Amino acid sequence: MTIADPRAALPRTDSAATRVSDVLWRRPTLLLVLLLTPPVLWLGIIYLGSLFALLLQSFFSIDHFTGLINYEFTLRTYAELFTPTNFDIILRTVTMAACATLASAIIAFPIAYYAARFARGRWRAVFYIGVMMPLWSSYLVKIYAWKLILAKEGILTWALEKLHLLWLLEAYLSLPVVGGNSLSVSPTGTFIVFVYVWMPFMILPIQAALERVPASMLEASGDLGARPGQTFRHVLLPLALPGVVAGSIFTFSLTLGDYIIPQIIGTSRLFIGQAVYQHQGIAGNIPLAAAFAVVPIVIMGIYLTIARRMGAFDAL
Amino acid sequence: MTAVRFDHVSRHFGDVKAVDGVDLDIAEGEFFAMLGPSGSGKTTCLRLIAGFERPTAGDIRIFGAPVADLPPYKRQVNTVFQDYALFPHLNVIDNVAYGLMIAGQPRRARHAAAEAALEMVRLGGYGRRKPSELSGGQRQRVALARALVNKPRVLLLDEPLGALDLKLREQMQEELKGLQRQLGITFVFVTHDQGEALSMADRVAVFNQGRIEQVGTPEDIYFRPDVPFVADFVGSSNVLPAEIVARLTGTACPAAIRPEHLRLAADGPLKARVTGLSFLGLTTRVSVEAEGNRFTALLPQEAPRPEPGDELALTWAPENLHLMARDA
Amino acid sequence: MHSDRAPLSLKLAAGAGLLFLHLPILLIFVYAFTTEEKSFAWPPPGLTLKWFAVTWNRPDVWEALQLSVKVAAISTVIAMILGTLCAAAVSRTRFFGRETISLLVILPIALPGVVTGIALRSAFSLAEIPFSTWTIVLGHATFCVVIVYNNAVARFRRTSGSLIEASMDLGANMFQTLRYVILPNIGTALVVGGMLAFALSFDEVIVTTFTAGQQATLPIWMLEELVRPRERPVTNVVAMVVVLVTLLPILGAYYLTRGTDTVAGQGK
Repeated sequence: MTIADPRAALPRTDSAATRVSDVLWRRPTLLLVLLLTPPVLWLGIIYLGSLFALLLQSFFSIDHFTGLINYEFTLRTYAELFTPTNFDIILRTVTMAACATLASAIIAFPIAYYAARFARGRWRAVFYIGVMMPLWSSYLVKIYAWKLILAKEGILTWALEKLHLLWLLEAYLSLPVVGGNSLSVSPTGTFIVFVYVWMPFMILPIQAALERVPASMLEASGDLGARPGQTFRHVLLPLALPGVVAGSIFTFSLTLGDYIIPQIIGTSRLFIGQAVYQHQGIAGNIPLAAAFAVVPIVIMGIYLTIARRMGAFDAL
Repeated sequence: MTAVRFDHVSRHFGDVKAVDGVDLDIAEGEFFAMLGPSGSGKTTCLRLIAGFERPTAGDIRIFGAPVADLPPYKRQVNTVFQDYALFPHLNVIDNVAYGLMIAGQPRRARHAAAEAALEMVRLGGYGRRKPSELSGGQRQRVALARALVNKPRVLLLDEPLGALDLKLREQMQEELKGLQRQLGITFVFVTHDQGEALSMADRVAVFNQGRIEQVGTPEDIYFRPDVPFVADFVGSSNVLPAEIVARLTGTACPAAIRPEHLRLAADGPLKARVTGLSFLGLTTRVSVEAEGNRFTALLPQEAPRPEPGDELALTWAPENLHLMARDA
Repeated sequence: MHSDRAPLSLKLAAGAGLLFLHLPILLIFVYAFTTEEKSFAWPPPGLTLKWFAVTWNRPDVWEALQLSVKVAAISTVIAMILGTLCAAAVSRTRFFGRETISLLVILPIALPGVVTGIALRSAFSLAEIPFSTWTIVLGHATFCVVIVYNNAVARFRRTSGSLIEASMDLGANMFQTLRYVILPNIGTALVVGGMLAFALSFDEVIVTTFTAGQQATLPIWMLEELVRPRERPVTNVVAMVVVLVTLLPILGAYYLTRGTDTVAGQGK
């Protein structure tokens, strides 16, 4: 053997980096621990620690006379959630989340379907950016834009006036439950803004699910005599369902926890998020605020369990 | 001199014994093949030599020096990866020059060496291209050049021809063999293709379930398998179970016989029934069943052709029956 | 797939959906130029550039912008470090508790912001930590980790594991491998993750209301204007600028991930 080894010619003294590297190679677990320690410490202490502190507080109660927190384990605060006023808040929020999710799915589906099946080349990019831009646009600006639109003197009233359809809006606003003084202070307004702000989160998961449906499967269905409508109903829709469920996780969870939209556009009736905010801020009733905050966690826990059963996690 | 020595080496992943008590000697300058089905431990052995895995037990020596504490970057060993593992962000010349760059060679010198290595694998002038612009065969040669430019004392090749089509494969087999002869480096070659192992290697180790079943020259492995697994996996030999062999020869051990050595006769000690025929050109392959065992015979063109369902007997020349005394 | 054409009804529905998404934002751009001061009257009675000058000279807007940029920058750096470390650990090795780590990273964004917000707030008050830039950063960095993590994990997954082995096989120690092989290969994913994290932090308001105390980031400033309007035209201008500023990182991220299968912005 006469082949010169370039490494053999090098001086044998190792640099500090090489020595550290040697140790890490010999102990792969040490490397793993070093990689994981900072993020786990951060998330474990700051985030989980806070969540745990919150959970703990929900088992305390407040003395309604002194306004002081009574640091004794009790389920009384949770019982308070079921008083008519508070339960009403929960019910209203869940109903709104369900309605907004359903509407989002209906509006998002055609966009996702078109983007997944028909958009090619440049149009694909247009669709992609067309979804990403509103998704990432400033949350408050989006709400603000709708305040401009829904205001009494705003663009919607103006447009309906031009179309001589103002009577329609007035008739709608006079309806109970959904109506109000103007759209910007009606539950309908809240609903529209919820749908607008969270709907983009529905598009991408549906699109991802639809893209996984091979074209040959649709052709096979047509080949077997299904009309396009039947193919859609019996083949495409079931296959897209995990995507819809995955998207609904976002829309549902985000609606459930939001407290800014109903504060700016809507009635004075509270949603869960607002209740949390008010109880911890103005009322200083941290235990009740904590108990309220646990509600969306529990609801989402149930929701995610069902979603997982439906295979929605593969579509995320 | 021994290039690589394994002394009772094991590598366990939890309960899985990927490599289980392997002893191995690879001589310097040898073209050594590790052959076996997937999951048999051959690739893990290669990775143990390279230093990507550490043994759970046992001792590995490279040119006599224990390497237990030597990370890959301190071993005089280089690897050609199954997926080539070319750096996608570097062009071909910088890929090949990578090892020299790390070793601190100045740019001009390492590029000259890399260009020479590229010429050796007949890719001179391809240096400016990106790996993604090359064909599979070309990438394979770049990977080879990138390893060889460092002048390793042992070159490890992990199924290097696996992704190539048949024609390219045969061509590369010859080129690899030629390179090895020209450079005199020890090549350790992992493959699941027995044809490849037999045609290229000086010696072959047959792996099965984390153990080595047999080490020997291609002729040994092919004609004189030690155990039924080798007979079956390497040469698709017929394996006669021990009780039949005991009855016919008096020795109670399984025996192997190659399909081309089996003959059909009207009568004999081992009665057989023809179950299928297929015409292969020069030969005819006949499937037969005898005492619940299936055998394959390759009949020359001039031999009388049986019909499916014929009741015949199997015969062979005694010297072609290979007794496998070391039963598995 | 290429042969069949979209039915007209689908085209209309998809087009209408996209218009629904974009028109309201475009409206902001018109309102920034309106001469109307007191109401949201449409159509604008006239157009003017005056409010840009007014906004430019507003110290409260500048202070809010400054705080937002500062918080977003620090949070992004922290999120990039933590997210990359986590992604490297999760994608390199299989270890006990991998799933738990992924869940831990995703949780801050999976749970409603109000939960994260009040959890942090009550923790601050329990630990008697006074509000500062750092309390905001603490919250922002926590939910930005997942953005960087998602991008880095996706890239690690597509980067062949044997590249690292190849580098070490060719004589590079772990630090040289990091510098010459790992960073060049995951670099763009990290930049993209960082840009998206910045955009997310820059825009965040729900958690921030709980962790800011008396300080105002730009979104907090806007929120106050929305709840108690003082000078509407200034809000209009700020809204337009915010839209433009948030879009830059998104377009940048899109440009960098073009042609790859990672979708920028998934998992916001």
